[in-house]
Formats: sequence, structure tokens, C-alpha cells
Amino acid sequence: MTADGRRSWRRPPLIADRRLRWLIYGGGLIYLVLALATLEVNWLRAWEGLGRGWAFVQSFLRPDFASRGPDILNGIIESLTMTVTATVAGMLVSVPIGIGAARNLVARPIYLLCRGIVALARALPEVIVAIFFVAMFGFGPFAGFLTLTFNTIGFVAKLLAEAIENVEHAQVEAIRATGASWAQLLNYAIQPQVMPRLIGLGLYRLDINFRESAVIGIVGAGGIGATLETALDRYEYDTAAAILLVIVGIVTLAESVSSHLRRWVQ
Amino acid sequence: MPLARPGDRRSWRHRTPRARLLLWFGWLALVALTVFAWEVMNRDTIWAFVADAPRQAADIGARMVPPRWSYLNELVWPLWETITIATLGTLLAVLLAVPIAFCAARTTTPSFVLIRPLALLVIVGSRSINSLIWGLLLVVVVGPGILAGILAIALRSIGFIGKLLYEAIEEIDLAPVEAVTATGASRLQILDYAIVPQVLPTLVGISVFRWDINIRESTVLGLVGAGGIGLKLEASLNMLAWPQVTTILIVILATVLVSEWVSARIRHAII
Repeated sequence: MTADGRRSWRRPPLIADRRLRWLIYGGGLIYLVLALATLEVNWLRAWEGLGRGWAFVQSFLRPDFASRGPDILNGIIESLTMTVTATVAGMLVSVPIGIGAARNLVARPIYLLCRGIVALARALPEVIVAIFFVAMFGFGPFAGFLTLTFNTIGFVAKLLAEAIENVEHAQVEAIRATGASWAQLLNYAIQPQVMPRLIGLGLYRLDINFRESAVIGIVGAGGIGATLETALDRYEYDTAAAILLVIVGIVTLAESVSSHLRRWVQ
Repeated sequence: MPLARPGDRRSWRHRTPRARLLLWFGWLALVALTVFAWEVMNRDTIWAFVADAPRQAADIGARMVPPRWSYLNELVWPLWETITIATLGTLLAVLLAVPIAFCAARTTTPSFVLIRPLALLVIVGSRSINSLIWGLLLVVVVGPGILAGILAIALRSIGFIGKLLYEAIEEIDLAPVEAVTATGASRLQILDYAIVPQVLPTLVGISVFRWDINIRESTVLGLVGAGGIGLKLEASLNMLAWPQVTTILIVILATVLVSEWVSARIRHAII
């Protein structure tokens, strides 16, 4: 209501509760001030870096695929093979764990055990997992394969369990009414309903695993990431640009293929 | 359908023979590809190291306990840095991603010929490169430290936030847009009164979700020198100070869990 008594419309705020709104705004502002005040940045170094940054941007216009060609090819092959094997292995392990983590199918202790495995596989960043696998299994793509498999399990098993928990109940009851065993129930009532979802998850994970495979090389787990780090350490921006372009190209390709296939399956 | 006569062995099958054959070949191809990839991947694998892994694991495990709790004091500041990296990086990404999303959405883009493809290119480029790789690049460009971390998180998040936001913009209800247009509103006013209110909750949801992912990613950015608790992890790993590594991992896990909880609560409150 304004002073002269005319009522005017005001748009409703995002957070309806006024006290909560001011609390969030105020808290956010205080945090922001504190964060900016404690920011330790060497602006001089950053300023000097701008020239280098510009050189790097320019190197994208003339990427050098040739002079480290064999290294790049090797890294890409490692990344791709790691992606394929880890996705397949991860899916194979995820299915039993995913079934075990579905509340409507299994006994309580098994459910808790499988949920525990899923939570563990999801909690740690993949790079840290990779560090441990490298320490245990030595450098190279085998450690990367294990890392990607481990993370695939956390991802696929969780989503598979959710898909199983959300299946249409009518079919389950119908199959159960025929006197089917637990395995038959799984095969005839659950599996047909979640199979498209499972294949979709596998394709999606294939795409994610390739992205991850480009990263874990930084800690020694094989793949294109190691090649990239070497190139940057040597200040070979043209080669680094070429590697990045290859990564972006494959990721884009994988993503579009995976999303088309998923649409076709579902 | 008449009942099957005795001796009639036909039974119901889910797929035609042709479909079954195709499916069978599909699986065969997958198995062949996997075996081939496995062979290529393990050309240089030293199996003696793999066989030795359980012993190594037991060895590392034994060195890791008990965690060195006194090291916690030294982790307070790096943890604050990590949270700052994630938060400021997300904020910066939101600021940059919003205009890009509006340029990329079919319903709001100013130009289909030039600006939309450009915005989509930015989104794709940003999304396909992991924040750790952005960190690797930015450490070379702006020098090691927290600034490289913030920029790495921001550059990676632009694509994520931009993509989800522009998809949300394309899916808005067009009725309010028409209603506001009918009042004679300008393009900017349509944006302000008809489109923004529809996507604002989504934007907040996406940002909080990304912030949660960013906390997780910023914990390891230090491995490439981009600031935060990862620096301590790298240092402890290099010194083989396993009890410190355990302490850091516990702190990282706790941070990730807390941020996940906070983000879930906020998203729950909005949606």
C-alpha cells in the first residue's frame, strides 16, 4: 500500500518467508565479503600470465597434431580402451549390486551392505581413487581401468536400484501370482521393465568414463591426461591445444552418439 | 486364439528369429570389442605389480591408521580456501552462464545465425573439459594458487549451468509470455516478467547442485597446484605421510557429505 492509498502490485519474492529471506541474503553477503577479503591472489603474477593465456588461445588456431602424434595417438587409445573395458566391467558388477540395493527385492542386511558399497564408491572423487589404485597396482591404464570401474559401480548401481524400486507394481504382482520363484520374478517382471534404463545408463556412463579417463592420467593412471600434462609441462601449447581439441571432439561425438542411442532404446 | 493341440510345439516368444539373431550378434560384437580393448589396454601392464597389489594395499592400509588428528589445525585454512574456490567459482559461472543460456535458448536467442551456435559452442567446449584439466591449464596461465582454482571451477561450470538453464528456458510455459506481450511490453520486459520468474527456481536449483559438485571437485584441484586442501593432499602424498593422508581424506569426505546435505535441503525447499 502506498502513501496515497493506491494499491499497487509487486512481484512476489523468491523466498516467501521474510525472515528467512533476509537471513539468507545477509548470510550470503557476509560470507561473500569474508571470502573476498581472505582471497590471496598474486595479481602481478596473474597479470603477467595474461600474455601466456593469449598465446595459448592463439595456439588453438594452429594446433600441432604432428610433432607429438604418436604420444597423442597412444594416449587416446589408452583412454578409449580403458573406457570400454571399465564400462563393461562396471556394468557387470553393478547389476548384482544394484539389485541388492533395491529395497523391494532383498532382505534388509543385503540391502544395507549394497547401499554401503554404493555410498563408498560415490563418496570419493575419482582422482583420489585413482591415486590409491596407482599406488597399489602401479602406473598405467590398468589402475585407470579399476578407477573407472569403481566409479561406474557407484553411479550405475544407485540408479539401477532406484529404477527397480520404481517399477510398475502390477506386473510384479501378476508374475508373483503365477507362483514364480525370486529368480523368475526378477527375469520376467523386473528385467523387462528396467532393461531400457540399464542400457541407457551404460551408454551414458560410457560417455562419462571417457571424460574421466582424460583426467586420471594426471595422477599416473594412463590415458590422454598424462600426455596433456607432459605437453603443458614442456610449455608446448600447440600440442596441448591439439590434445584438447581431440578430447572435445571425442566427447562431443560420444555424447551425441550416446544420446541418440539412448533415445532409440527408450 | 485356439488352444494349442497336443504335439504342437509352437510357443510364444518375445522376439522374432531375426530380431533374436541381431541381438545375439550385437552382444557378440560387444564381447569382441571388450576383449580387444582389454588386450590393447594391457599390452604394457606388468602383472607382477598387479599380483603384488593386495600386499601393497595392506601395507598402505597399515600405514594409514591411525590418522594424525593433530594435523587438523593445518587443514582449517586450506578447507576455507576450498570452499571459497567452489563458491566463488560457482558464482562467477552463474554470472557468465545466464547470458549465454539466454543466447542459446531457441525461445530467447537474439540471432539464430551467429549468436546461438556461438553460445552452444561455448557450452560444449566448457562441458567437455574437466575442471582438473582447466586447472592444469590455468595454473600455467595465471600461476598456481586459488585464482586458478576459481577460474577452473567457473569455466567448467559455465557449460553445465548454461546447458541445463537453456533447456529450462526452452521448456517454459508460453502463456505468460503471450500475456505479457499483449500488454505491450518490450522484449526486455517480457524477459523480466514472463521468462525470468519461470526459470529462476530452476536456476537456483541448478546452481546449488553445481556448487555441491564443485565442492567435491575443488578438493582435488590442489593436485595440479590450483589451491585448496588438494595442495595438502599432494604434499602429504609426496612425503608418504600416510597418517596425514587419512586425516585429509576424512576431512574431504565430511565436507562432501555436508555440502551434499546442504544442497539437498536447499533444493528440497525450492522445488
